[in-house]
Amino acid sequence: MIITSNVTKNYGAACVVDGVSLQLPQGGITSIIGPNGAGKSTLLSMVSRLMAMDMGTVTVGGLDVTKAPSDELARRLSILRQDNHMTARLTVRDLVAFGRYPHSRGRLTLDDKVHIDRAIDYLDLGLLADRFLDELSGGQRQRAFVAMVLAQDTDYLLLDEPLNNLDMKHAMGMMKLMRQAADDLGKTVVLVLHDINFASWYSDHIVAMKHGKVAAQGAASAMIRPDVLSGIYEMDIKVHEIGGQLISVYYG
Amino acid sequence: MQRDLDTRPHPEPVAGRGRGPEAATSPTSRFDRLTMRSSRPALVLIGLALLAVISIVLFMTLGAKGSWSFVLSFRGKKLLGLLLVAYSVAVSTVLFQTVTNNRILTPSIMGFDALYVLIKTALVFFLGVGALVSLDSQVQFLVEVLVMIGFSGILFRWLFLGEERSLHLLVLVGIIFGVLFRSLSQFMQRMLDPGAFNVLQDTLFASFATTDPTLLGISCIIVVAVSLVGLRLMHTYDVLSLGRAQAINLGVDYKRVVVIILSMVAVLVSVSTALVGPVTFFGLLVATLAHSLVGNSKHRYVLPAAILLAIVALVGGQTLLERVFAFDTALSIIIEFLGGIVFIALVLRRSAR
Repeated sequence: MIITSNVTKNYGAACVVDGVSLQLPQGGITSIIGPNGAGKSTLLSMVSRLMAMDMGTVTVGGLDVTKAPSDELARRLSILRQDNHMTARLTVRDLVAFGRYPHSRGRLTLDDKVHIDRAIDYLDLGLLADRFLDELSGGQRQRAFVAMVLAQDTDYLLLDEPLNNLDMKHAMGMMKLMRQAADDLGKTVVLVLHDINFASWYSDHIVAMKHGKVAAQGAASAMIRPDVLSGIYEMDIKVHEIGGQLISVYYG
Repeated sequence: MQRDLDTRPHPEPVAGRGRGPEAATSPTSRFDRLTMRSSRPALVLIGLALLAVISIVLFMTLGAKGSWSFVLSFRGKKLLGLLLVAYSVAVSTVLFQTVTNNRILTPSIMGFDALYVLIKTALVFFLGVGALVSLDSQVQFLVEVLVMIGFSGILFRWLFLGEERSLHLLVLVGIIFGVLFRSLSQFMQRMLDPGAFNVLQDTLFASFATTDPTLLGISCIIVVAVSLVGLRLMHTYDVLSLGRAQAINLGVDYKRVVVIILSMVAVLVSVSTALVGPVTFFGLLVATLAHSLVGNSKHRYVLPAAILLAIVALVGGQTLLERVFAFDTALSIIIEFLGGIVFIALVLRRSAR
């Protein structure tokens, strides 16, 4: 369970995350949605200790993220941000192998190799495993980073816009993979998503943020409703049921 | 996308569940590429080690006249000085670039060595020339190194510990710090009385041809101590090169490790600046070459490659200039010239992207 209480972040005078208190359930997929600048990524950064909060506390699986040892947290919780700029020149396999660092400190064991190969397979990167990251397209690189956090094999997976740069097929594959991680491996997956239809189709729980606060939250079926969504995005959004799934239409 | 261009008929595995797609590629070409890529760093290291040994042997023996015992001990001291400088500059630059996650900035460009000169000048200025003369030069050096760690800690901590900052901001801050430190030193040097200034200038006036021999012993000890600390952190370097967010995600105690590494950098810069004075672009030249020769970013290859390159450049360069061309002090000019060109090329290539 991820519990945030009264988490606040200010940039100068602007309050980006304003006293957010949330309890994200153990297991399943939780999607955080909301308009640009709602504070979704900032919240995720604070939950994953990448950013210091001005106020409040966050516990992940009972560990206070600002106090617990970083290496212990790294075996519990993994985070992937949108922007993964780095200067290091690595192959896909090298990058994925870094996911095992919290477990083996850079000396790969046989067990690590199994995890690495499995993560590479899961993300369909077998053909690219020995290519350098700077030789790949944005979407392929994105998948390599996801493979790395999968290899990290943590109970909690936090991903900030994991569908960035992915084509339809790989976006669908990514969400299926998250579903599989939640259902088969019992992971708790938290995603920041912009595509509310992906959120509707794949998540158990949706949290909507607006102006740094939680605007609404609940089961996916309760959240994907015209009145709720229109209020959050301040636009006209229609919801249709197609093949048992709630699909939003908002194209004009 | 390689797979999209691949026209051979093989079943497309479902995204996210693909099993063993390797079977579809031709195994030999993959094998060749793998072996070529994995043996390249080792070959580079062997080649550089050979070149370094040749440079050292030539430096010690070429054009020697008279008693060998004198020649060897005289040149041995010079050689030790050059080796210490090569090692310090190479290691400090590579680690600094790793910690700051960039390939353009080096400790010297950020004004670390100007800070060392400033500290030395300030000691004379405030304590008087008596302190400089009466204090044992090794004790004095230790004091300077400690002050250096403290100051660089305060100055550079806020720059590198928080959220990642833009490279442009860092370059500007570095240039401004460098100019500030240099002009403060010059200002204080002008205010000194001529006698004190003479003594100070004597200690600041070092070059590749005339390394300061009194500090060799203590420098050796310091460099070994720093290297031992560095070896213990060896496993974090590759992780740090993924950037701050990934390093924290993977459980590196980021603040602690970065502070330790920046202190190591400060000490190593002090050593090299005390021995040969400030060199701005040498570290950049060596680190850039090491990265591109090795071809990947693993520190267990890049660090030794940078050290060996620095040894080849300093010892080999000095041998060439002193023994073959009979110039004397021009090595720093040549190295700075080449390093400066690399710096400009890097900045241009970056802005072109």
